[in-house]
Parts: sequence; C-alpha cells; structure tokens
Amino acid sequence: MKARTIRRHFRESLKSLSRNGWMSFASISAVTVTLLLVGVFAIIMLNLNNTASSVEEDVEVKVLINIIEDEQQLKAAEDKLIQQVKSISGVAEARYSSKDEELNLLIEKLGEEFKLYEQSNPLRSAIYVKAEDPLEILTISEKIRKLENVHSVVDGKDTVENLFGFLETARNIGLVLILGLLFTVIFLISNTIRITIIARKDEIEIMKLVGATNSFVRIPFLLEGIWIGILGSIIPMIAVSVAYHNIYDALAPRLKGQLLQLLEVSPLIWQVNGLMIILGIFIGLWGSFMSVRKFLKA
Amino acid sequence: MISMKDVYKKYPNGVVAANGISVDIRQGEFVYVVGPSGAGKSTFIKMMYSEEKPTSGDVIINGKNITKMKRNQIPQLRRELGVVFQDFKLLPKLSVFENVAFALEVIEEHPKVIKKRVMEVLDLVGLKHKMRMLPSELSGGEQQRISIARSIVNVPKIVIADEPTGNLDPENSWEIMKIFEEINTRGTTVVMATHNREIVNTIRKRVIAIEGGMIARDIDGGDYGYEG
Ligand SMILES: Nc1ncnc2c1ncn2[C@@H]1O[C@H](COP(=O)(O)OP(=O)(O)OP(=O)(O)O)[C@@H](O)[C@H]1O
Ligand SMILES: [Mg+2]
Repeated sequence: MKARTIRRHFRESLKSLSRNGWMSFASISAVTVTLLLVGVFAIIMLNLNNTASSVEEDVEVKVLINIIEDEQQLKAAEDKLIQQVKSISGVAEARYSSKDEELNLLIEKLGEEFKLYEQSNPLRSAIYVKAEDPLEILTISEKIRKLENVHSVVDGKDTVENLFGFLETARNIGLVLILGLLFTVIFLISNTIRITIIARKDEIEIMKLVGATNSFVRIPFLLEGIWIGILGSIIPMIAVSVAYHNIYDALAPRLKGQLLQLLEVSPLIWQVNGLMIILGIFIGLWGSFMSVRKFLKA
Repeated sequence: MISMKDVYKKYPNGVVAANGISVDIRQGEFVYVVGPSGAGKSTFIKMMYSEEKPTSGDVIINGKNITKMKRNQIPQLRRELGVVFQDFKLLPKLSVFENVAFALEVIEEHPKVIKKRVMEVLDLVGLKHKMRMLPSELSGGEQQRISIARSIVNVPKIVIADEPTGNLDPENSWEIMKIFEEINTRGTTVVMATHNREIVNTIRKRVIAIEGGMIARDIDGGDYGYEG
C-alpha cells in the first residue's frame, strides 16, 4: 500500500467522523457510557479487593499456653508446642509472645493502671498463628486445640466467619455486576453498530462496485473505530480522575485505622485510565470490524 | 469482449433467471438488452460484473473466465468495467468531484492524474462547473451524468448500464444517450438494459431480447419489439 493511500485513509476516517456527525456522536456516547461504568466499577472492585486481601492477611489466631510453675518445664513445653504448631500444614507463621510481652501489650492498649500486675503477672504466654491461606485458619485452630499444653485458642470464630462471608458476598455481587455490565455494553454497542451498518451500506456497496479491495474498504472504518474509542474515553478518564481525587481527599483521612482503606490516587488512576482507553479503542475497533465484515463477505 | 456459454442461473429461492444463455459481444459494440419485467435482464448484467455468479456455464470478460475467479480478484475485474444504475448510486455526502474521483482513489492513482482525469470526464458530461456541489443539489439527469462520469473515469473497455434512463424524463434520457454514444464512439463497448422503446427504435443498435431467462431475439439494428 502506498504512503499516499495510508494518508488518504487517515484523512478519510477523520472526514467521515464529521460527515456522519450524529452517528459518530451516538457511537462515541455509547463508548463513553460504557467506559464510565467500567471505570467506576474498576475503582470500586480494586479498592474492595485491596481491602479484602489486607484484611485476610491480618487474620490470625492466638494460642494461650497452659501455666506451668517450673520455668524450665514451661520453656520446654513452649518450645515443643511451637514446633508442633509450625509443623501443621498450612501454617505460615507462628510467633511466640512471652507473658511479659503480653502484659506490655495490655498496658499499651488499656492503660497504665495495668502496670499493677507487673509484680505478679497473671497472664499466659501465647503463640500468634497465621495461615498461608486465611480461609484455612479455622481448620488450623481446631488442630491446635488438640495439642498438649494448649489452654485455649482465641480464633474469633464469629468475626472471621462474618468477615469472610462479607468478602465473599462482595465479590459475588461484583461478579454479577460485571455480567450485567457486559450485557449492557454489548446491547449499547451492537445497537449503534446496527444503525451504522444501515447508514453505511450504500457507501460500502459503491466502494466495492468501483473496484475497492476489502482492505481498502475496511481500513478507514477501522481507523474511524479507533478515533471513536479514543474520543469516547476522554470524558470517562477526566470524570473518573477528578471524582476519585475528590473522594480520596475527603475520605482517606477519616478512614485512618479503619478496615476499609482507599488505594492511593496514583498509580490507581493511571491504571484505570489506561484500562479505559485501551478498552475504548478495542470496542471501537471491534464495532467497526463487525459493521464492515458483513458487507465484505458478499 | 464479453462471452457467455450455456449460462444457467438459479436463485436460492428457486427462481431460474438465466436458462441457457450463450452470447458474444465484440469490443466496441453497442447492445440493448430488452424484455419484459422479470425476464432476467438485470441478472444477465449482474453476472458480467460478478455481482451474481452463474449456477453453471461460463462468463468470459476481456479474455478472463470470471466464473472461476476468486473473490479477491473481483476488485480487479470491476476496475476494468464501468457500471451505471437506474438509481445513480452516488455518495450523498461527497461532492460531485469527490464522487467521480472515488473510482480512481480506490486504485491508488496519483492525485494529479485523478484531478486531470476527473476534469476530463466532467467536461465530457458537461458538468465541470458543478463539481463542488453535492448530488442532492443536482437534477436527476445531472446525477446520472455524474454516475456515468464515474463509470468511465478509469477508461474501462466496457460500460454496463442497467436501465440508466429509468428514472429520467425523455429530455434527460436523450441527453444521457448522447453521452453513451460518445463513449461508444471512442471504442468502449456499451451494454444497456432498457425499457425505453423510443430510444431503442430511434438510435438503432444491436438488440438482445431476453424472455424467461432465454435469448428470444438477437438482431443488429433491431427494434424494441414490445408494446407500450
Ligand atoms: N436476488 C434475487 N433472489 C431471488 N430471486 C431474484 C433475485 N434477483 C432477481 N430474482 C428473480 O429473478 C428473475 C429475473 O429478475 P431480473 O431482475 O433479472 O429481471 P429484469 O429483467 O431485470 O426485470 P426488470 O425489467 O423488472 O428490471 C425475477 O423473477 C426475479 O424475481
Ligand atoms: Mg432489472
């Protein structure tokens, strides 16, 4: 193909965008609506996912060890128990915390008056256990319970189950939303394509009549699809960026220390913008491809 | 050169539109294709530019058997032919100049050549002064002249027309016929399906009459031969 022809295709694709003003506007709007939905959705899902994985990472159980008066016997029992816990399959980490360390934690949490107990510490030493797969934590705590010298296991069974239940539900809702979104998008785009096909039928027919090859017919359409994709992603990129910036500035300080944490504006916004423009170009290309394909077959 | 041998065409709905057609049209001839409505004239013409493929038989255009042609060779065939329709088939959003230039852009002709050739053919059809207008700003006769200009701009050996005067009043029809005669005088073969009795009986040429998908008559300088 000659360079002149490539330039001609570029020029033609831009001219045709403006010639088919309303049609282009409709296509660009369909892409815009789609990408807005995708962008908002991507931001929600990425944040939710981030929260979910950081919460999951934090899930741990606390194993309280029996009190044994003899220091040496206690030490031996503790060492043995740590070894046993570590050897349970699926355990990622078993961190020992002596009863003095436990008391310090308590004082830190509840206040100076607990320093009283420094004379005679009534607390038990403990082991903090994390699982490789947070969902396994309850199975692991069941196993630990059966070990020797274990006084009790604090696994916050209800909390963990509630949390996992919530995350599971959130992800499932996300999935349903993705599917719903997909159908909306396909409906929007295919409708636009159908109208475009009808509008361009004659044009393609005449091009073929005067001896245009299939690629000569197709290329300006594909380029036009790319422009539509790019133009359609401008508003969503700006809107999502500005909105997330504002939401982040308003909410992030208030969420300090909370379960839900917002992802930093950058790089999140660049990733989502990138996703939107690539998706926009892809949708535009796909739409154009589908709309010419039918007529090039004949 | 156009040559058909035992051409048979059955549409998917079962209609047989060509039932054993054999014909030879020499380079430089002017041929009318006449016959009742539904006789198979358009089908006959469509098989020449590979818009329809015959079910069996051979169609040979300029020495090439186009029935054996692959799909990607059809553009090449179309560039060697000019085609004109009753409904002009102009692109409404392109100017007169652009509509004609289109046929040359497709074959990646140099812009200077395009400009020169387009001017020549617009001059031939007498519409050079309206080249910046849109088709909607022209009369039917003028639109048909533009469509003829487009069909001859790449200097084809053959021009095929399916009822080119079908939508025009007598005055414009005669105007169009003058242009076709001029094109023919320059050596181009013209094949024209028509219902226009006046024209066929006045400008005497070879007349091929098709009835029920078969050639019923084929007479040099013949008359239209149907009532009305
Ligand atoms: N694409 C098609 N599919 C099915 N049948 C068709 C198709 N095109 C034409 N026919 C049928 O083939 C027959 C011949 O049609 P054709 O268009 O060739 O006639 P025609 O001589 O050009 O008629 P007219 O003078 O009205 O233009 C008709 O019966 C028509 O209904
Ligand atoms: Mg017809």
